[in-house]
Amino acid sequence: MTELEALLEASVRTATPLALAALGETVAERAGVVNIGLEGVILAGAFGALVGASTGTLGGVAVAILAGVATAAVFAAFAVGARADQIITGMAVTLLSVGVTGTLYRSIYGASGAALTIPTVGPVSIPLLSQLPIVGRAAFEQPPFTYLAYVLVPAVWWWMYRTHGGLALRAIGEAPEAARAVGIHERRVRAGAVLFGGALGGVSGASLVLAQSGTFAEGMSAGRGFIAIAIVVLGRWHPVGVGIAALVFGLVSALQFFFQTMGWRAPYQLFLLLPYLLTLVLLGMRRSRGAAPLALGQP
Amino acid sequence: MLALGVLLLSLVVLAGALHISGYDAGRALSALWRGSLGSTNALFSATLVRATPLLLAGLGIGLAFRAGIWNIGAEGQLLAGAAAATAFALLLDEMPRVLLVPGVLAAGAGAGMLWAGVAELLRRRRGVLEVISTIMLNFVALHFVGFLVHGPLQEPTGIYPQSSSIADAARLPSLVAETRLHGGFLIALIIAPVLWWWLRSTAAGFRLRAVGANPDAAKMAGRIDVARVVGTAFLASGALAGLAGAVEVTGVTFALYENLSPGYGYTAIVVALLGRLDPIMIVPSAILFGGLESGALAMQRDAGIPSVVVTAIEAVIVLALLIADRLAATRTIPNELGASSPDDSADAGHGARDVSPGLA
Repeated sequence: MTELEALLEASVRTATPLALAALGETVAERAGVVNIGLEGVILAGAFGALVGASTGTLGGVAVAILAGVATAAVFAAFAVGARADQIITGMAVTLLSVGVTGTLYRSIYGASGAALTIPTVGPVSIPLLSQLPIVGRAAFEQPPFTYLAYVLVPAVWWWMYRTHGGLALRAIGEAPEAARAVGIHERRVRAGAVLFGGALGGVSGASLVLAQSGTFAEGMSAGRGFIAIAIVVLGRWHPVGVGIAALVFGLVSALQFFFQTMGWRAPYQLFLLLPYLLTLVLLGMRRSRGAAPLALGQP
Repeated sequence: MLALGVLLLSLVVLAGALHISGYDAGRALSALWRGSLGSTNALFSATLVRATPLLLAGLGIGLAFRAGIWNIGAEGQLLAGAAAATAFALLLDEMPRVLLVPGVLAAGAGAGMLWAGVAELLRRRRGVLEVISTIMLNFVALHFVGFLVHGPLQEPTGIYPQSSSIADAARLPSLVAETRLHGGFLIALIIAPVLWWWLRSTAAGFRLRAVGANPDAAKMAGRIDVARVVGTAFLASGALAGLAGAVEVTGVTFALYENLSPGYGYTAIVVALLGRLDPIMIVPSAILFGGLESGALAMQRDAGIPSVVVTAIEAVIVLALLIADRLAATRTIPNELGASSPDDSADAGHGARDVSPGLA
């Protein structure tokens, strides 16, 4: 593998959990709901994957989805059901997830929280496509989670822009009163969108555990939920844009591996802060608020 | 009253959850008591010491939320303040004490203000939501402190990931002999009523409250420069969090560490919310959380319960407060509007930012 190939491979790998979570958040935000609790959803998914992995990879993914949906359901009950403030609810849900997963992890797996490892899912190479020059291995020799993201980008786009359900979703995000007036069950659609985001956030957490680290650590989501929310903004609330934004983000974060192999001797803490700094720079580079759903964040 | 009820409810939930999980709830709660308020030492060396950064940062968050600014960045602003205070104290330790301590504290407050200023600039110039930018800045600050204590600010032997200790002259005086309680607590205790008075009795305080209650009305009816009021509140909020970091360095740790803050900036959000964003009420709220977190450490030591459980308790408290607010709102609004369906009733505050004043 050449250095360029390795860089691209790392980009896609880094982008996968972000793309999955951001796609789910895109659906929720198009319905007018910002779920800052996405960070907690991913964390719950990661913990669920660890618990479920004892029954195999699919079991891990299934429990991760359940955990993600359950966490999102807490958010939906408050922010959609009771119309509580979305930001405060989201922060509370993230805190709840940090507290609950941390307590359970130490209770179940010992007070020391000693790392316990589970087998990871290896890359699956797609015949022919993975033979393509330069991008082949990067894009088509990845764990199945990456392919799920490839499928979901067009699927979410199609649903959002080509179905009645998708139209209802966008109508609620732009003009809730008008949507209600034509008989759309606003809260039901919003709750559904949040739960869908919870399922994808759960899968995102599962990919961290099952395809990357092979273990769980407290707070291992490490801000990915917040970065995913920023990626939704950068992708201008459009599934394809969000997919591209996640890839760009993955590429720039992966540069750290590239610099390290090039023998660039900077303290690693500077590389650690790079993704967050990058998010700020990218957000500051263009005005993106104009593309936001009009009723975004309104209870 | 409401806050107290919510708190009691949360403790009951905690005891119940512990009991169900097979822990000895009685033993846990008695450890919680011993570690927080059970002795003078627990009170002065643990609870109040831990309450100090929570109080300062919580006052800042209260101010920002009152102005309708979602400053989630107290953690980063606090770390920036701690880093700047340490650097100032280490570089200028020749200064006379009367200048050194105020200088160190001012450096911390200034750095916190600067850190918030980045988010304010992005918000005003580029429309970047402060919720996202402040969270990103938290992570940048966290890793930047990591870089500092492994690099430019590392102690001279280069073994430990921490800075050298700051000079005695740069340290805050002790407040109660034989305990760890330091002058920082007094500073926080003085700022709280001043802030309360400022919000309540000055024109600037009124402008801030008006902007938070309804920015459009403040602009139209009051000819208030909304952007300016909001920006000032944001910067002041950052300064208070930065001061919290400086106070932590000069009063407790005396050096910069990677894990200087066990999430003070995040707990401070809960502190501000439970204090209903009122500077006076934030004082007991901060002491309460200082006690809860100190007690949780004792609980982990004595009853083997992971201290991180406190984070879940904090979440339950916030969620309970949200429900209490909604219940209060739905009780009053439909009556004023006459008959209305449950779906419409919650929309009565639509358009106005009914959230932060609702919490106030």
